[in-house]
Amino acid sequence: MRFVDEFRDADKAHALAAKIAALCEPGRQYKLMEVCGGHTHTIYKHGLEDYLPESVTLVHGPGCPVCVIPMGRVDDAIHLASQPDVIMTSFGDMMRVPGSGGSFFDANAEGTNIRMVYSPLDSLKIARQNPDKQVVFMAIGFETTAPSTAMTMLRAAAAGIENFSVFCNHVTIVPAIKAILDSPDLRLDGFIGPGHVSTVIGCRPYEFIARDYGKPVVVAGFEPLDILQSIYMLMVQLSQGRSEVENQYSRVVPWDGNLVALKAIGETMELRPYFEWRGLGFISHSALQVKEKYAAMDAERLFQVPGVRVADPKACQCGEVLKGVLKPWECKVFGTACTPETPIGTCMVSPEGACAAYYNFGRMNRTRVAEAAQAARS
Amino acid sequence: MSRSWIDQALAEHKEPEHDEVDAGGRRQLPLADREQQVLDRIDRARRRRPKVREERITMSHGAGGKATHTLIEAVFLGAFRNPLLEPLEDAATLAVGGARVALTTDSYVVSPLFFPGGTIGDLAVNGTVNDLAVSGATPLYLSAGFILEEGFPVADLNRVVASMRDAAAAAGVHIVTGDTKVVQKGKADGCYINTAGVGLLERDVSLGVAQARPGDAIIVSGPIGDHGITIMLARGELDIEADICSDTAPLNGLVAGLLDAVPGVRAMRDATRGGVATILNEIARDADVGVLVSEDQIPVRAEVRGASELLGIDPMYVACEGRLVAVVPGEAADQAVAALRAHPLGEQAAVIGRVREEQPGIVQLKTAFGGTRIVDLLVGDPLPRIC
Repeated sequence: MRFVDEFRDADKAHALAAKIAALCEPGRQYKLMEVCGGHTHTIYKHGLEDYLPESVTLVHGPGCPVCVIPMGRVDDAIHLASQPDVIMTSFGDMMRVPGSGGSFFDANAEGTNIRMVYSPLDSLKIARQNPDKQVVFMAIGFETTAPSTAMTMLRAAAAGIENFSVFCNHVTIVPAIKAILDSPDLRLDGFIGPGHVSTVIGCRPYEFIARDYGKPVVVAGFEPLDILQSIYMLMVQLSQGRSEVENQYSRVVPWDGNLVALKAIGETMELRPYFEWRGLGFISHSALQVKEKYAAMDAERLFQVPGVRVADPKACQCGEVLKGVLKPWECKVFGTACTPETPIGTCMVSPEGACAAYYNFGRMNRTRVAEAAQAARS
Repeated sequence: MSRSWIDQALAEHKEPEHDEVDAGGRRQLPLADREQQVLDRIDRARRRRPKVREERITMSHGAGGKATHTLIEAVFLGAFRNPLLEPLEDAATLAVGGARVALTTDSYVVSPLFFPGGTIGDLAVNGTVNDLAVSGATPLYLSAGFILEEGFPVADLNRVVASMRDAAAAAGVHIVTGDTKVVQKGKADGCYINTAGVGLLERDVSLGVAQARPGDAIIVSGPIGDHGITIMLARGELDIEADICSDTAPLNGLVAGLLDAVPGVRAMRDATRGGVATILNEIARDADVGVLVSEDQIPVRAEVRGASELLGIDPMYVACEGRLVAVVPGEAADQAVAALRAHPLGEQAAVIGRVREEQPGIVQLKTAFGGTRIVDLLVGDPLPRIC
């Protein structure tokens, strides 16, 4: 298949793997964080870690939009969906995310009408077909999905659709990266920068990471060769003692981002003073809310949202996993009490979550597999 | 779901304090051993008797993945348990007055009722014929039960019934008994069909995925995922167009050809809900063996691959309605593929992997990119109501 197979070429992967291995200084350990959940998914889905030398470890970051939604917000959403004459629309990823009393699927089994949509624009279609209902879109995601929510709001305003609103949970990536850089319990050598977010915000927002924290950043695409090449680019920077922002995904990501998309966000949304991230706690100016001008489309203004903060279960270590302090399997409840079937933590829900990716794709002891292969050869 | 579900889950899986942690809280075992301990713990947890946690049925329970397995084992098998039901094969095999017969039933709720390549009627006949065929039986007689919604057009019903008549003729079976119920508008979605079927086990074969042995070859009879993707696109919610149609077809001819050529076939399953990935997991679990398949050996049409890429779906989990997965002794692999390819429905049959001793219970995939990963059962299904 064109535009896909070129980026999954096993021969090129072998060549890159050899170059990466050659750059490893003996005795040195390299910890690289892929910020974006889409990267985590690609890494596991294609078994990319098989190509990395043992001294290079990938740490899975906080960039999974579903994983960072705190339980209290899921409860708020179910509360909204339970109001009379409300249809809620949501991306499929959200349907299984547990709130304190269950997920959207469970809520539907008890009578709410939460529908899966592929695009926020589908909500407008549903709003038109159901003029006597209020259609609330459960908006989640980083700067990647925020423009599509913004465009949907602008479209609704232009078309005079009055029964559409947004429950806004959009978050921004840079404050989360900063929180991780400031966290005392983690040492990282470099970042594989998020690709889709960067198509919107560009590469400039990461310059502080290279400048102030001395860590290289390479914005990467989503095919396995993209990621392998980005790792190689990071290793080159590290071997030369450089820390710069580089763009591996230049076929899609413009250095300055997408001004049209940014304008649409700026027109409809503004920064919240603070927002709770699952596992990371409250981070100031890290999320978006609907602007006053579009108050009629703000579900939080139209309805009373309980806004009760729900503490994560003590046993759940999503926070440590999201920050990359723990590997998924190091969490106490991983794979036993917390599975994709009955997820306790959000990292186990979304296919982009580090725990779900490891459970579904990576649940084999790679070191052991490698040892066994070596033993068989010798 | 009650508020305490998390506490319940935690209590059930409470592990004794880990002895690998010393008094100072430092972990002593090397990383790989600690990881192995966790993997063993997960393996133990997965082998426990499943329990339905939800207080109500959710869509996941019908998706053919883990939640469906849990429901079947905890609720239905729990209540009906008997030696004929227990293997949970596509059809039960039993002895009636000296003859060995296979019996199966299936309900069809596909939406839309008409789609490129077939109708709900084709599925209702072929699905049941195939469940009998992959059990090694010659399908003979079918029943047909209809649940119709008030207001359903008679012209549509005629179309559905005509397609059932034609499908039955093509498969060489007769629809010999039936039932009709009508429910009020809004209590059903147009037309649901249930069919049951009986077939005669003429051959001296005992098929079952539990028969798989290390060294066996795993074969699919053709490109996978056509049906699921066709239905998804036929719903028109995605604004994607592709030139594909459902693969719904009766497999009894194909199966007969395979069994004639390779009497030692260990098992066959038709890859419906949950797709090929689910069958591979059933093999690994029921035979307690490992399964290793190669991504680049698995036939997938370019259109299906393209649509799956766009939608973020893995074709391995997408339903087929005219494909089977067969497990045959390794030395008979070429013969089996040749027999399948000799039939029009098996022209693209291919060996996709092997059964092995290592990592029992786990399906591993060698990716086209050159890495390895596991292929687990899905919890839910991104495509509800495909059959």
